[in-house]
Amino acid sequence: MKTETPAPVPAEPGVPVAKVDSAAGPPRKEKKEGTTLNVFSHGILVIWAILVVMPLLWAVMTSFKDDSSIFGSPWSLPDTLHFDNWSRAWTEANMSDYFLNTILVVGGSLIGTLVLGSMAAYVLARFDFPGNRFIYYLFIGGMSFPVMLALVPLFYVVNNMGLLNTIHGLILVYIAYSLPFTVFFLTAFFRTLPSSVAEAAFVDGASHSRTFFQIMLPMAKPGLISVGIFNFLGQWNQYMLPTVLNTDPDKRVLTQGLVQLAVSQGYKGDWSGLFAGLVMAMLPVLAAYIIFQRQVVQGLTAGALK
Amino acid sequence: MQHGKYRFIVGFLALPLGLYALFVIWPFIQSIYYSFTDWTGLSPEFKMVGLDNYRRMLDDEIFWKSLQHSLMFALVLPLVTISLALFFAFMINVGGRRRKGGPVISGVRGSSFYKIVYFFPQVLSIAIVALLFAFAYNPDSGAINSLLRGIGLDSVQPLWLGDPSLALWCVMAVLVWSTVGFFVVLFSAGMASIPADLYEAALLDGAGRATTFFRITLPLLWDTVQSGWVYMGILALGAESFAVVQIMTTGPGGPDYSTTVMVLYVYQKAFRDGQAAYATTIGVALLVVTLAFAALVMRLGRRERLEY
Repeated sequence: MKTETPAPVPAEPGVPVAKVDSAAGPPRKEKKEGTTLNVFSHGILVIWAILVVMPLLWAVMTSFKDDSSIFGSPWSLPDTLHFDNWSRAWTEANMSDYFLNTILVVGGSLIGTLVLGSMAAYVLARFDFPGNRFIYYLFIGGMSFPVMLALVPLFYVVNNMGLLNTIHGLILVYIAYSLPFTVFFLTAFFRTLPSSVAEAAFVDGASHSRTFFQIMLPMAKPGLISVGIFNFLGQWNQYMLPTVLNTDPDKRVLTQGLVQLAVSQGYKGDWSGLFAGLVMAMLPVLAAYIIFQRQVVQGLTAGALK
Repeated sequence: MQHGKYRFIVGFLALPLGLYALFVIWPFIQSIYYSFTDWTGLSPEFKMVGLDNYRRMLDDEIFWKSLQHSLMFALVLPLVTISLALFFAFMINVGGRRRKGGPVISGVRGSSFYKIVYFFPQVLSIAIVALLFAFAYNPDSGAINSLLRGIGLDSVQPLWLGDPSLALWCVMAVLVWSTVGFFVVLFSAGMASIPADLYEAALLDGAGRATTFFRITLPLLWDTVQSGWVYMGILALGAESFAVVQIMTTGPGGPDYSTTVMVLYVYQKAFRDGQAAYATTIGVALLVVTLAFAALVMRLGRRERLEY
């Protein structure tokens, strides 16, 4: 049994093929049809671009308005630029703490993920030993299991170890849950690297670990960058793990903090401050994306293409 | 390269594997075990109750609702998202009008701009996206209804997330919004690796755009589409749907449980209601659904691999 993906390609006859030599050009009518189709489909592309950008621009605009105009006229431009929303969000709404916590957690877990992930991947890619395949599939099996199932006992595992509501506990859990994809990706990457360089180093008397850190790791830099960006975004944007394992208000990361803020603003009524916080959290990633656009796209799509 | 090999292997694997076993594998095994107990999660005492939790689950109306919604997420979301993304990616990469003297195939004008913009939501946290749309959907002061009023549709003021029959669709729309860009970029990369002479041959044979798409692009892209489908389905069953439903809908779970999904129900049973054992039972059901989904997609989509 085969399935065909129904794709929303317009049912109109396709664009006529403009022949290169114009003497035998297609009839007029067809040409016109093609143009209509072009305008139509280009129009859809433009509409989707607007749909993507508009909510983001709306959020930026709203973050400069005061509360009454946020509710009174959601689409009007701000009368004056209320920069105080931003400073209020930064200090009173604890956005500065959330940023700091997020940077600590993501910094620690990103480094840990890359180091541990590349070590495991290198061994799995380059050495034959009994159980190699089993360990590899154990790692990549973690990619398709629903994390929430493990989270219920994990909460108690982490609690018993005294790691609940701590930054380092969260770091360890982030690393553990980032390993499946990282190992999967880097194992494939290490397999593509030539083995002659490593063998030469080994013949020259370098130990296995020295070969790894001084020869193989630098050679694997492109792969590390891709998987690093993937993990950075995943860990920076992580919501489910901290929601379960990190319930101390002082240790909240950005995503959690914003959601809590949204809940509590319902009582305090500082919506403009909340929007400022939202935009504050959005801008660094968007800016980083625009600057490192190529690497980000490569990093995020590399895994799925393998 | 035998010298000290096993010491090195053990030394390099111990830490990653240990961490992974402790925080990922062990909890998974535990939760399957707990699903046969009456553990509350609040006290360390529990006893085996056999299949009681599973029997209870089959009689639980909310479980069936959450299962139904999760299945909707896993089937509708990939279908809509991937269809849209295929259309956009095709237009961006292949759909352009042929200019004289230009390459045989080309995208529409501004194709790289579209790729950059469409990808925006992908770098944002789903939590932030969910918060943003929760405001946009607000029936009184939200951006959507006020836009409708602005263009004279005063009578059309849906409650969006407050309307049990609409809420689920509103939530799904947000997930579509945030993931289409990823697949556009993914499919674009796949389309770029299809050799141009195949398109050239199709053009010479007078194939239109739709024919080109269904006869050339889609078959050659099939592997990517399939793995994208599995990827999207796993996301829609797991973390992504948890974030949007938990953040956006009242309850959380929506009016009259209209948006509750399995992953949220697991969370609520374990950490709100103190029924950890029952939560793991629903979690096991979620695991079964996820694996069945992945196996089904891989099996239904299997076809001969096209070499080019």
